[in-house]
This record gives sequence, C-alpha cells and structure tokens, in this order.
Amino acid sequence: MTIAPKSTFVLNHRNLLGIEGLSAAEISGLLDLGEEFVELNRKIEKKTTSLRGRTQINMFFEVSTRTQASFELAGKRLGADVMNMSASSSSMRKGETLIDTAITLNAMHPDILVVRHHASGAVELLASKLDCSVINAGDGAHEHPTQALLDALTIRRNKGRIEGLLVAICGDILHSRVARSNIILLNQMGARVRVVAPSTLLPPGIERFGVEVARDMREGLNGADIVMMLRLQRERMNGSFVPSVSEYFHYWGLDEKKLAYAKPDALVMHPGPMNRGVEIDSIVADGAQSLIREQVEMGVAIRMAVLEALSRNLPNA
Amino acid sequence: MMLSDRRPILFANARIVDPSRDLDIVGDLLIADGVIREAKKGIGAAGVPEGTDVIDCRNKVIAPGLVDMRAFIGEPGAGHRETFASASQAAAAGGVTTIICQPDTSPVIDDPATVDFVLRRARDTAIVHVHPMAALTKGLEGKEMTEIGLLKAAGAVAFTDGDKSVTNAQVMRRALTYARDFDALIVHQTEDPDLIGDGVMNESEFATRLGLLGIPKAAETVMLERDIRMVALTSGRYHAASITCAESLQVLGRAKHAGLKVTASASINHITLNENDIGPYRTFLKVSPPLRAEDDRKALVEALRKGLIDVVMSDHNPQDVETKRLPFDEAAPGAIGLETMLTAGLRLVHNGELELITLLRAMSTRPAELLGLPGGTLKSGAPADLIVIDLDVPWIVDPNELKSKCKNTPFDEARMTGRVVRTIVAGRTIYEYA
Repeated sequence: MTIAPKSTFVLNHRNLLGIEGLSAAEISGLLDLGEEFVELNRKIEKKTTSLRGRTQINMFFEVSTRTQASFELAGKRLGADVMNMSASSSSMRKGETLIDTAITLNAMHPDILVVRHHASGAVELLASKLDCSVINAGDGAHEHPTQALLDALTIRRNKGRIEGLLVAICGDILHSRVARSNIILLNQMGARVRVVAPSTLLPPGIERFGVEVARDMREGLNGADIVMMLRLQRERMNGSFVPSVSEYFHYWGLDEKKLAYAKPDALVMHPGPMNRGVEIDSIVADGAQSLIREQVEMGVAIRMAVLEALSRNLPNA
Repeated sequence: MMLSDRRPILFANARIVDPSRDLDIVGDLLIADGVIREAKKGIGAAGVPEGTDVIDCRNKVIAPGLVDMRAFIGEPGAGHRETFASASQAAAAGGVTTIICQPDTSPVIDDPATVDFVLRRARDTAIVHVHPMAALTKGLEGKEMTEIGLLKAAGAVAFTDGDKSVTNAQVMRRALTYARDFDALIVHQTEDPDLIGDGVMNESEFATRLGLLGIPKAAETVMLERDIRMVALTSGRYHAASITCAESLQVLGRAKHAGLKVTASASINHITLNENDIGPYRTFLKVSPPLRAEDDRKALVEALRKGLIDVVMSDHNPQDVETKRLPFDEAAPGAIGLETMLTAGLRLVHNGELELITLLRAMSTRPAELLGLPGGTLKSGAPADLIVIDLDVPWIVDPNELKSKCKNTPFDEARMTGRVVRTIVAGRTIYEYA
C-alpha cells in the first residue's frame, strides 16, 4: 500500500541551497506538501515510493545527529536508497579537496546529495561541480534552509499563519545559519522579525536585513508571538563573546520571567541541540508553550517535502 | 566645635564654588538630614530652621567633596600597604569624599562576590564613600572579558585592568562592544608594554644623563590611537586612565571632535610635577606612567582648562619602604596622593595656571558624572558630601602626619598653601584641620 501526496507541487530548482531565492509561493508549496507528510508520518505505514530507484547521499562534513537522522529517515520513507557519509570517515580527512570529493561522488551517479559543511559557501561550490540535486543541510554561518522551513511549518500549524506574527530570534545571531535562513523566510512570508542578542553576538549590518534589533530581552520579547532561541556554543561563552554562562543566562537565557515579556500565548522554539541553563531554562524548554519537540517531528516531514518536490524536477521523473 | 549629626548646618558667608552649575559666588549653604537644602546668596541666619548650627566660612571656599577616580587600596590582599580604613582617613584629610578603588588586588576584583566584599568591607571600615572599579578581563590577563553586566549590577562603577593595558585589540573590541549594552564605562591604561620595555622614566636627555632607560611617549600614544579606533568601531564608552603627554592630547582632541564617547584623566602628579623633579634618583617620583617633560605638563594643564582632560585623579598608590628604598631601576612605581591632591592642585591655582572652579570640576563634578555617582555637586537635594577649603593657610607636608599607611609622597617636605579644613560626608563632619 502506498499513499501519494495530493499536492502536485514541483520545486522548479535543481538544488535547495538556501531560502534566499525562494518565492513566497514556493515556500507555501513546500509547507503544504510538508503538511501532508506530517499526516503520513503519523500512520503506521509511512512508506511511499516516489523516490524509488533514486540514490540519496547524506554527506556531513560537520557532525550532526538530528539533521542527518531526519534526512535519512525522510529519504527512506520516500523509498530512496540512502547512504550516509560523515566527516570522520570521509576522504576529506585524508586530504582530498572538496572538488575531488565532488568528482568522485559524481561518478557514482547519485540523484540527490544532502550536504552539511562547516564552511559557508562550500555546499554551493559542491553543487556547481555535480550533476545531481544538492540540498544544503547547513553551511557555515550562511544558510540552513530546511530548518527555516520546518520552523515555518511548526509556526503555521500552531498559529494558523505566519504573516503578521512577531518572531523574536534570540541569542547567537552572529554565528547562526538558522537565524539567517529564518530571517529571510519570515520576511518573505510577511512576519515581523526581531533579533535579540548582546552586541557581541550581532553580525554587522544585521539592521539592514529587515529586522528590528534589540539588546535586551525585555525590549526584545515585548509583544512577541514566537520566541526562537538559538544555541550558544561552549567555546563562545567564556569571555570571548560573552563573559560567562551565568551572565549569559542571567541576561539572555529564556526563563519564565523573561518569557512573560512576550505575549501570553507566545510559543517557544529552539533548533536544538539545547544547552539547558545556558540559553534556555528547562522549565521553559519542557513547558506548555514549548514547540521544541514538535519542531523535530516537522523536520522529517519538511525534508520529505523538499526531497519530493525536488525529485519531481529530476530528469526522467 | 562639635556638631550634631542631626541638626541642620548653615555654612555662612562662604565662597561657594559649584562646578556642576558654573557657580562661584559668596553666599550661604544649608544642609540637613545628610542632604544639601540650598546654596545661594543671603539665606542668612533668619532663613534657617530653628536649632541650626551656623558655621562662619568667611574667606573660605565651600565645594563638592572630591571624587577620586583612581586610587589603589590594598584590600583585599595587601592590607599592609593600605586598608579602606587608612585610605579613607587620608581621603578625609585631603577632601576626598568618594574613593574609586582599583581592581588590581589579590584576589582581583573580577567577580560579583568580590565586589560585594569590597562594598561591605568599605561600608564597615571606611569613613568616606568607596566604589570599586571591576576588572575588564578575568584575572587582569587581557584575554577574556569579565561579567560586565553582573559586576555592574553588584556595584562596580567602571571596568579597567588597573595599570595593565589590554594589548589584544580583539579583546578590547569585544569588551567595548559588550560593555555598550550595559552603558558600562571602560577605563584603560594606555601604555604599550613592549614599548615600555625595561624603561623606568620618561625617555629624554635627562634619563640618559641619569643612565636610566626611558619610556617613549609613543608607548602611550600608540595605544591611545588604537583604542580610539576601537571606540569608533564599537561606539563604546571609553576613558583613558592616565594621559601624560602633549602628543596624546592631539589624539584625544581629534576623538572628541569626532563626537566619540571618549574622556580622559590625568594624575595630580602629571599636572604638577615633571621628570626633573626626580632629581637625584628620588624613587618617590617614580610613577607609572612616568612623569614627562615640563612642556607636557603645561600642555596637560592647558588641556584641563579647555576640558580636553576631564578628570584629575590622585593615582594613589601606597608603596612601603621595602619597595621604594631601592635603586631607581628596581623601586616599585607609585605615589600616594589622596591627602595631597587638592593642595597640590591649588599650586596651579595660586600661580595663575588654573581657575579654582576648573580644578574642582576635574576632581569632583566630572568624575561623578562619568561614573554615574550622585556627588560632585552642591545642587539642592544632592548628598551633603562637601569640603571647606582655606585657600591661604600655609603648611608643610610632613610624611609622619599623613594618614596613609605608606609615606611615599612626592610632596615630601613640600611647602603648600591652602588645604581642606573641614570634610563632610552625608552631612557629618569626618575631618577638621586643627
């Protein structure tokens, strides 16, 4: 028994390298398709055949648990043959250049390559050398398009819309690809976006991204419908960008008191993995306003939608 | 005359000098309940509440208590050099009603608990107000910024690595950027340690004649130039801790002209002394940064007149005999100054180099403004932290009479004219000159 999605949406791009360049209609198309996969994923029989015969390679030059698992599951549920390659086992460790890796992979005739890389622009570079479809699973501090899409789907399912909502993205904006993709997507969909962070974690020129900028949580969360927290990496919290965990949590960590600055029905999101007690308090992370677990569920659905929509545009489809 | 703490006091017929209002008039000043009620012409004995004590201040000056923006106190860790108790006695005798102590103690004042300790200790033992600056970087190591937000909330009034410079420009950039979110003031010693090298005094002909290794003025100017670039990049609030030379004043002038949030201090030593005062290797005149040439001193005074130098501080740094009775090369730098800063500054007033109100502004109003403290003014409602000055009383600085635990004063045996004769903190007389 197979269940095909009703939506016939086709993403008329070969690759998904970023949210940048997607129209509102394309984003909506992907979200609609994702919605159908949410239903499918909740059934006992989760498998479809739309990617049968296709080869999907997940190439993770940077460690990842949830994103890699999510893409693997998404590909398998669509019937593709999925292979995982990780940084530790890849030839990159042996000194092979990114271009040579691309040429090698290309010779294996994959249909879809899912790539995460620590360097911004590396996925685009790979894509330019490959004949298959490439999905960016996160490149440096540049983009993480499927995260933004899954966040959008989570928001839309809970709030019924994206347009007109006030979304506060809080924390390490400077190093965050999640923030960049979300800012672009939310702006494209007509939401109001506010970034909240200490000045040391705000990238130069951010105010020209169509966002409001706040340096403290009271001002930043005021009136917010969605509070999106970002992970602060350990090496950045001991005096280089912020003085300490305790100071960061005191001023920018989301606890119940700070959450109260947002709207009473505000919802809390986090792309994971969370640092409890650093950027978010457990009580909030596990509380009634938290969508964090739902985000993970949406992750699989939206990646199925992206794979499906791109595959419909593949040759011989 | 013993005065009750509770009864109002009228200081009558005083020359009232209040730099916060550009006020220099003869009049009366009334205090009650630890607060200044009013200061104006002709309050008179008739215009005061019943039971008011009247102190005749004819031919004397009444001014805001001094706020000394830079003093090293030995607590915690070096109580043999100075304690809050001894420092505050010295301060009271010098007209200083607020001491800003430095974080280069042991342990370093770089966490909120230590700020709390300092405040409690000072509250229990000092007779003047004490506010600490906290370290800008952890352990004064110049690598990682401290908890600027929590430290400020605990009571740190500014952030500095004391007499150490932060050589890493990236650390300085981030600290200025981060501090801006808390409107915190960064105070920085502008001296490039590599250019200081083994230098012990100003680099000059005189140093060469003494056979001492010099410290070029560029050691200061290079670091100040770098800092100004960082301030321009970050829009942070910045204060140069101790400016000593004419070249630095040009840099400072450009920064201020460009509208950057830059201010600066000069020490009482640098505006009243020059390198020649070192004479025959007098280690009490070995200070850091070093005393410069007479032209530099004159330029500093001129800058003070123009407001280019905002603050004059004591740079109080007690050193005991073990660290001072040594060859000049080996002696520790530093001079005490809490007790003599005003009187030394009056030299400039008496010889016509400086207006009294300008000197008092740099020693009270400006530092209070920069640090966000309530003193430095005689406005109604301000805390009654004030001093009575006799501009004409002659006296000789006798080290044995000084209240400081250490006696390393560069004004050893100097003849002075004018001094504080009464110091009042929160309405209470804490010092009277006999």
